[in-house]
Amino acid sequence: MVLGCDPGIDPDVPALSVVEVRKAFREREAGERQWHQVDAVSGISVDVPRGEILGILGPNGSGKSTLIRMMATLLLPDAGRVEVFGFDVVKHQLRVRRLINRVSVEASFFKKLTAEENLAYATGLYGVPNRDAQKEARQILTRLGLPLKKLKVPLEQLSRGQQQKVAIARALLTSPTLMLLDEPTTGLDPKSKREVQQFVLEVRETHDATIVICTHDMEEAERLCDRVAIINRGRFEALDTPQALKAGYGGTLEAAFFALIGETLEEEAE
Amino acid sequence: MSVMVGEGRAIWSLVRRNFHLIRRYLGWELVFGFYNVINTLTIGLIGFTMPAGPTRNRMVIYLAIGALLWNFLSILFQEVSNSVQWERWEGTIEYSFMAPIRRLTYLLGVCIWAVLYGMVRTLVVLVGVALFFHVSLKGADLPGAALVLLVSSVPFIGLGLMAAVLPLLSTERGAQATQVIQGVLLLVSGVYYPISALPHWIRWAAVLSPATYTLRAVRRAVLSGAPLHSLLGVSAGLLASGLILIPIGLAIFMVAERYAMRTGSLKRNG
Repeated sequence: MVLGCDPGIDPDVPALSVVEVRKAFREREAGERQWHQVDAVSGISVDVPRGEILGILGPNGSGKSTLIRMMATLLLPDAGRVEVFGFDVVKHQLRVRRLINRVSVEASFFKKLTAEENLAYATGLYGVPNRDAQKEARQILTRLGLPLKKLKVPLEQLSRGQQQKVAIARALLTSPTLMLLDEPTTGLDPKSKREVQQFVLEVRETHDATIVICTHDMEEAERLCDRVAIINRGRFEALDTPQALKAGYGGTLEAAFFALIGETLEEEAE
Repeated sequence: MSVMVGEGRAIWSLVRRNFHLIRRYLGWELVFGFYNVINTLTIGLIGFTMPAGPTRNRMVIYLAIGALLWNFLSILFQEVSNSVQWERWEGTIEYSFMAPIRRLTYLLGVCIWAVLYGMVRTLVVLVGVALFFHVSLKGADLPGAALVLLVSSVPFIGLGLMAAVLPLLSTERGAQATQVIQGVLLLVSGVYYPISALPHWIRWAAVLSPATYTLRAVRRAVLSGAPLHSLLGVSAGLLASGLILIPIGLAIFMVAERYAMRTGSLKRNG
C-alpha cells in the first residue's frame, strides 16, 4: 500500500485548504408548500497540513457530511474555495479524485455482490489491477480483524461492522493521499471501533496520509485527532488541539463540545 | 500507468460488475428470458392468422423481426438507464462518481455491457423462435441484417444516455419516466406494423426514431434479401445519428450530474 507519494504534489501546499466555503439547500417541510433555504455550511475556513488528522465534531445536521462531500468533489460549494494539495475541487475534479477517497457512515455496496467483487469493481475504477487489489485487501482486512472467508460472502450477509471494515479497505486500496472519514465507526461494536481507530492511527504513522474524520464520538476525537474543529449550524465554533479545547472549556472534550454548541448535557439528553 | 490502461481497467470493472450482478440475480434472468421468448412467440403466432403459404411465412418473419429487434434495443436502452438506477438504490453512485475517470469512460463501460448482454439475450430468444416456427429464411441477407443491428446500437446508446439522466435526477421516479420514453419509441417506430398504420398527426415522430430505420432495413434484408451494399446508406445514417446522439446524451448527462452536485441529490441519505 503506497499512500501520499504523488510526485505532482507541491510539498509546500497544505493537504487541504478550505476558504470561506458556503453551501445551502432548498428544503420543504412535510405538508408545507413553500420551499425555504437551509444554510448547511456557512463560511468555514481551515488549512490542514500534510500528515495531520483533523477531527470534525458536531451534532447531527451540523454540516459535517456536507463539508466532507464538498471536499470529496461530490457537492459544489455555493461560495468559497476548497483545494486538495493546491487543486481546486471544482476546477480540477479528476486531479483531486486521484488524491482522495472517502469512507461514509453508510457502507454503500452492491449488497448481493461479495466483498471481493465489490472491491474488484471499486478498485478497477481507479485503475488498480484486480490481483494487486485482492492481495492488498487481504492484508488490510486481516489487520482489521475481518475473517478472510467473509470476502466470499455477499455483503448483505455481513454485519454492519464488517461492512464498514470492507469500506475502509475499499478506500485504502486506491492509495489516497487525503482520506475523508465520515463517521467511520458509528454503529460499530466497541471491539470493531477500537480496531478501526487503531488502524487509522497506523495508516497515519506508516504512510504519508492526511486524514479528516467526522465523528460524534468525543473519545474517538481525542484519541485520534491532532486538532479538533467543533461545528454547529454550519460554522466552526472552535478549532484547536484536544488539549487546548479541554483546557479552555471545563477539562473534558465533552464539556467543550456542549459549551461551544450552546447546550448543556441535560438539554442534549432531552 | 498510462491513462488509457487505467480507463480500460475502469471499463472492464464496470462490465465485470454487471456480469456479477446478473449472476446474483440469475433467477430473475431466467424469468425475464422465458418471458421474452414467450412474448416473441406470441407475437409471431399472430402471423398464423393469415392463410397458409408465403404470405403467412412473410408475416410471421415480419412480426418476429419486430419482436427480436425491440427486445435487443429495449435491453440496450434499459441496461444503460438501469445501471444508474441501480447505483442510486444501492447508494454506490457517490463512490462510482468520485472515481478519477471521465464520465464518458463510466458510460462507455455501461454501454459495452449493455450491447453484449442485449446480444446474448436476443440470441436466446432467436433460438426459441427458430425452434418454434419452422419458417423459411431462404434468400434472406442475414449478414446485412446483422450489420444494421450492430450499427443501430450506437444511436440507441445515445438515447439510453439521455434516459439515464432521469434516474440520476430522481431515484424513485426516474425508472418509470424511462419506461415512458421507451413506450413512445415502441408506438412510433413501426415495430409490429408499418408506419403508415399510424395516425397522420403522430407520423412525424417515426422519422425521429432510429428504430424506424433499423426495422425497415432489417426487414428489407431478411424479407426481400436486399444486398449488403444497398444497406450501407441506412447503416451510415444510423451510425451518423449515433455519433450525434451520443455526445448530446453525454452532455445532457453531465449537465444533470452537475445539477445533482449542486443540489446534493446524488446522495441517498446521510
